[in-house]
Amino acid sequence: MPADSREILGDDAHDATPAAPEVDVAAARRALDDVPREPGAPKPDPILRAQGVVRNFGGLKAVDVDHVEVQRGVITALIGPNGAGKTTFFNLLTGFDRPDHGEWWFNDKRLNKMAAYRVSRLGMVRTFQLTKVLSRLTVMENMRVGATGQTGEKIWAAWQPWLWRQQEEDNTRKAESLLERFLLIKKQHDFAGSLSGGQRKLLEMARALMADPELVMLDEPMAGVNPALKQSLLGHVKSLRDEGRSVLFVEHDMDMVRDISDWVVVMAQGRIIAEGPPDSVMGDQRVIDAYLGAHHDVDLTEAQAEEQILAEAKAEIAQDHAEEQQ
Amino acid sequence: MDWHSLLTSSLEQALGPTAVIYCLAAIGLNVHFGYTGLLNFGQAGFMMVCGYTMVAMATIFDWSLWLGLALGLVFTVVFAFILGVPTLRLRADYLAIVTIAAAEIVRQTAGAAKFSEYFGGQDGMTGFIGPFRAVNPYSSEVGIPGLFMFGPYTIWVMTVGWSLVAASCLVVWMLMRSPWGRVLKSIREDEDAVRSLGKNVYSYKMQALVLGGIFGALAGVMTGLRSASIGPSFFATDVTFFAYTVLLIGGAARVLGPVAGALIFWFLITALGTFFEQATGGTDPLIPAWIMDANQASLMRFIFLGLGLMLLMIFRPQGIFGDRRELALDAR
Repeated sequence: MPADSREILGDDAHDATPAAPEVDVAAARRALDDVPREPGAPKPDPILRAQGVVRNFGGLKAVDVDHVEVQRGVITALIGPNGAGKTTFFNLLTGFDRPDHGEWWFNDKRLNKMAAYRVSRLGMVRTFQLTKVLSRLTVMENMRVGATGQTGEKIWAAWQPWLWRQQEEDNTRKAESLLERFLLIKKQHDFAGSLSGGQRKLLEMARALMADPELVMLDEPMAGVNPALKQSLLGHVKSLRDEGRSVLFVEHDMDMVRDISDWVVVMAQGRIIAEGPPDSVMGDQRVIDAYLGAHHDVDLTEAQAEEQILAEAKAEIAQDHAEEQQ
Repeated sequence: MDWHSLLTSSLEQALGPTAVIYCLAAIGLNVHFGYTGLLNFGQAGFMMVCGYTMVAMATIFDWSLWLGLALGLVFTVVFAFILGVPTLRLRADYLAIVTIAAAEIVRQTAGAAKFSEYFGGQDGMTGFIGPFRAVNPYSSEVGIPGLFMFGPYTIWVMTVGWSLVAASCLVVWMLMRSPWGRVLKSIREDEDAVRSLGKNVYSYKMQALVLGGIFGALAGVMTGLRSASIGPSFFATDVTFFAYTVLLIGGAARVLGPVAGALIFWFLITALGTFFEQATGGTDPLIPAWIMDANQASLMRFIFLGLGLMLLMIFRPQGIFGDRRELALDAR
């Protein structure tokens, strides 16, 4: 799949804007061998760094990341139990939300207080957990919107078609090759709203690629996708890396994480609690505790369990009572 | 029942200056709501700002109407910025609240007794139309005998008005087939998606608000020219809602939707009005007085209009020109 897709994509896909620099995937992975397996470990060639990013929602500290770095040219997974703050952290990094404090850099460019559209223009393009296709636009139009630096998107040029027709044709060709690669070419004249859930995921990913991003940020790319399509999506994500892009994705699906990621960052309760290659992270006691609870492997006898339930119930009643009195 | 006069008066209204005004206002709303998804409930405010500026400059300072129009357009842009800057970053409903309030503020202020010295209070302003009348090339009635007939001044206003409509439709058509228009439509579908693709959504929304406001401003100018006077009562909130009706009848996000909508709206509302007027008038009315009298009958057209709008929304929500395929989507 990766080799084929590269061929289909061809050279003209890289004409409009400078593509992601060619990165030797094996070398990027090897570089991670020496990185210590601990939260906040520095990487040899980080594309994204974050320092002291904190986001509070009222009294809840949703994100509290001391330090994290994302290596260039590999697939990094961001995992964690529900409510760990993964998506919030994602929103902060991409400018869709503002942190209370903290700093982060993309290619050594500081992104604090930068609007989401500027972050995207720098080459850091995201997708969404709830897929956002533009329903009443055709698949092809969806793709064309994704292209950057379009002259025809400026109002003074919009009514002079001769200024942007050529660029539009180039973008259309690029979109066609991407749609072919993502198996949506037959749907190009259909409204995006008529696509199935999985096809929408594909379209969103393809649309993000129209901008030739250096770093692709996928928010739960496998959510709501059937197992058959999952395999093909996995292949597509891998192909992003193989053509030299860096990928950061949020995911729940452990099979996917194990299968395609080169590095895994684990979040729980807003903090980064572990980092490392998939195999080492899956065995990490802190990760298991975060997912399953700290006492998941301690057997309770029936008597103990009853006792415990009784004690908990008593405590609850006492608490309720205390609250009523207040 | 005089069916012939019912037909002629309906046709005259459908083609006449009033239809032009609502058509222009609806073209503006089409840019706002149909293409960009902005809920502007204060189109009457945009109309009033430009119409009043033009007339006031002519009556108070003896400016030419052209100069007044230019200043009016500048004020329209300023008005759009005042409304847009604080609200366009927020959810769509905030713009709706602010625009409907702003339109009323403008109307109440211009109609206030305090400023009646300048703006003529509730009576408005007159006596500015001389230069426009002077360049009227028509000297006799124009029309198809037996179908419709317009006086020389009315046909002059219509000529100017429908030319503006044609030019506006051309502008909308050219802009909406461009990548710029595609970004507007994308914003209507999903703002965050557009933002994630590197487009400055705020700036595009502002551009759309200004552009649609300018079409509204032209409608305001035509209001002044049609009546040879201008007053607060021409810009009540129902003007905006009738313009929305026009837009929805024709079909939102279609270039010619507002044109078809204006023709149909004014034909139907006049036909209904005339029908009920005739049915309850005279010595032996068709509808006896114990069912309804002439005063009550004058409101029947609005009842039927509301009913028609409901049926339209149920059976053909995309309007006359709408795309059936869009309807098949569960867009939200």
